[in-house]
Amino acid sequence: MRPADTFWLSGSALLRYPLRTGMMLLATAIGVAAVIILTGLGEGARRFVTGEFASLGTHLVIVIPGRTETTGGGPALLAGETPRDLTLADAIALKRSTAVAKIAPIVLGSASASWGGLEREVPVLGSTTALLEIRHWQMEEGKFIPDSDPSRATSVVVIGGKVRDEIFGPESAIGKWLRLGDRRFRVIGVLATEGRAIGLDVQELVVIPVASAQALFNSPSLFRIIVSARSRDAMSRATEDIRTIITERHRGEEDVTVITQDAVLQTFDTIFAALTMTLAGIASISLAVAGVLIMNVMLVAVAQRTSEIGLLKALGGSARQITRIFLTEAALLSLFGGVIGLGLGFAGVWLIKRIYPAFPASAPYWAVIAALVIAVGSGIAFGILPARRAARLDPVDALAGK
Amino acid sequence: MIKLVGVDRHFQVGDQLVRALDGIDLTIQNGEYVSIMGPSGSGKSTLLNMLGLLDRPTAGHYYLDDKDTSLLSEMELATTRGEQIGFVFQVFHLVPRLTAEENVELPMVLGGLKPALRRKRVARALADMGLSDRAHHRPDQLSGGQRQRVAIARATVMEPSVLLADEPTGNLDSTSGLDVIEVLESLNAKGLSLLVVTHDPEVGSRAARRIKMMDGRIVADDGVAQ
Repeated sequence: MRPADTFWLSGSALLRYPLRTGMMLLATAIGVAAVIILTGLGEGARRFVTGEFASLGTHLVIVIPGRTETTGGGPALLAGETPRDLTLADAIALKRSTAVAKIAPIVLGSASASWGGLEREVPVLGSTTALLEIRHWQMEEGKFIPDSDPSRATSVVVIGGKVRDEIFGPESAIGKWLRLGDRRFRVIGVLATEGRAIGLDVQELVVIPVASAQALFNSPSLFRIIVSARSRDAMSRATEDIRTIITERHRGEEDVTVITQDAVLQTFDTIFAALTMTLAGIASISLAVAGVLIMNVMLVAVAQRTSEIGLLKALGGSARQITRIFLTEAALLSLFGGVIGLGLGFAGVWLIKRIYPAFPASAPYWAVIAALVIAVGSGIAFGILPARRAARLDPVDALAGK
Repeated sequence: MIKLVGVDRHFQVGDQLVRALDGIDLTIQNGEYVSIMGPSGSGKSTLLNMLGLLDRPTAGHYYLDDKDTSLLSEMELATTRGEQIGFVFQVFHLVPRLTAEENVELPMVLGGLKPALRRKRVARALADMGLSDRAHHRPDQLSGGQRQRVAIARATVMEPSVLLADEPTGNLDSTSGLDVIEVLESLNAKGLSLLVVTHDPEVGSRAARRIKMMDGRIVADDGVAQ
């Protein structure tokens, strides 16, 4: 029997019972669509989180004062101790390492910002010119903190867009003198970047030189140091160097925590990939259910078409041919159902993206392929039993409709 | 040539053994016209199924063209059915979703013939049955006589050597029944062996050789003398 004829015979049988065929197509389609949409959500979540991390910059090493370790002290000490502050001198010393490209020491605090009659409490970030590049921030107007000696406290400030709007309104902010706490800073730039950094909305931030921030908050200690390594490969060497330099400077005590961006990113990536796999697994259950439904309906079809099967045998059809005809029916059903499901699934993902544009929902290609393969596979697997039953019918009984 | 030697076909129904065929010896030459008559349950349909390779003997041997069919595999039996035997049934057994043309084409589809050859043979078979204008009708759009003629076209399209008809007129009025019998006889006249199982003495008596069955045995056969 020619393959095209097998398709024709099976296809014509499917068209003969549109309602039943439609139901089976729908069952498979829902299963496939579920896989596409759920993995799309999982992959979207993964991309969203990794995207957030990537926006923090690439090959970064973050140095945090205090060491995370469990010590013999009371519960209050569990989070780590800070026996020694991380200072600007520590940060500058890190430049000794050849693996380090840039350093951005960070001081964080908040102060009341005022201009004219308007006053507002704002988070203040003290850093150096390197921060702009490390964070991939964009300027809307003006310039960022100038590249000068980090230990010099100059009175310039770069503000977020929202701060500009709320304090200066429609007027140009550049060149105006903004009062932070008891000091005055000249506005030299406005940040264009939206999003978050260290848990703060960039648009609500004001950035001043690190030494100015130390003076403003009257504290020499740094919140953390962000270091960018020369390359991805240099990261482990940078980490080592940082530990060595700090330990040396802190009299042999390694009292800082060094985190690499990559490690965190990797962890989240793994977690979300696992989550997506789990969702795919859950959704595949619906495909298995669709397979069972196909088996059920195919068994009914075999019972209904008993005399036709008998006839095919009388006309020279072998058991193998009859098996093939029914398996083709199951395969066609699950394939078309799967294709319809892909359509539904992609439409669903598209809809999610329309409703939540910030959420990068997208079904991974492996899920698309897996969904189709599982759909057709389960259709054929569950079609085997009915097809065999059809093939084994006794021709005399089958012709009599028994 | 068909040759049955000591063929038994027994069924177990509950705790009772039914001897549907009981020691049948029968030889039918190519081109013969044979009718098989007998009351219900006499075994005539079982005999026809046996001859059509749809059923296998419990004991004994069936030689088709001197080949022992009990040695054939399921696949070989199917191929032999397709190539050498044509069936005509009382209830026509046309596939309802297929047109007359497609029904006639079915045995050739199963036999894996090339589409071009199939189309040619279908057209000829339908023309022989006077059904060329009904080629694209589905069975429910055809009369009983037309349906049976489609079935005959289907039975002969593979050019078999034996045509087995089980009550071919059973579901037809007398006019179209006679029509169908005449078609079958014209095929026999062209050399095809024709076996007709029937209740109807009028149909049965037309055959050149008449076999009567009772309780699984042949009780009368006017061709046995040869």
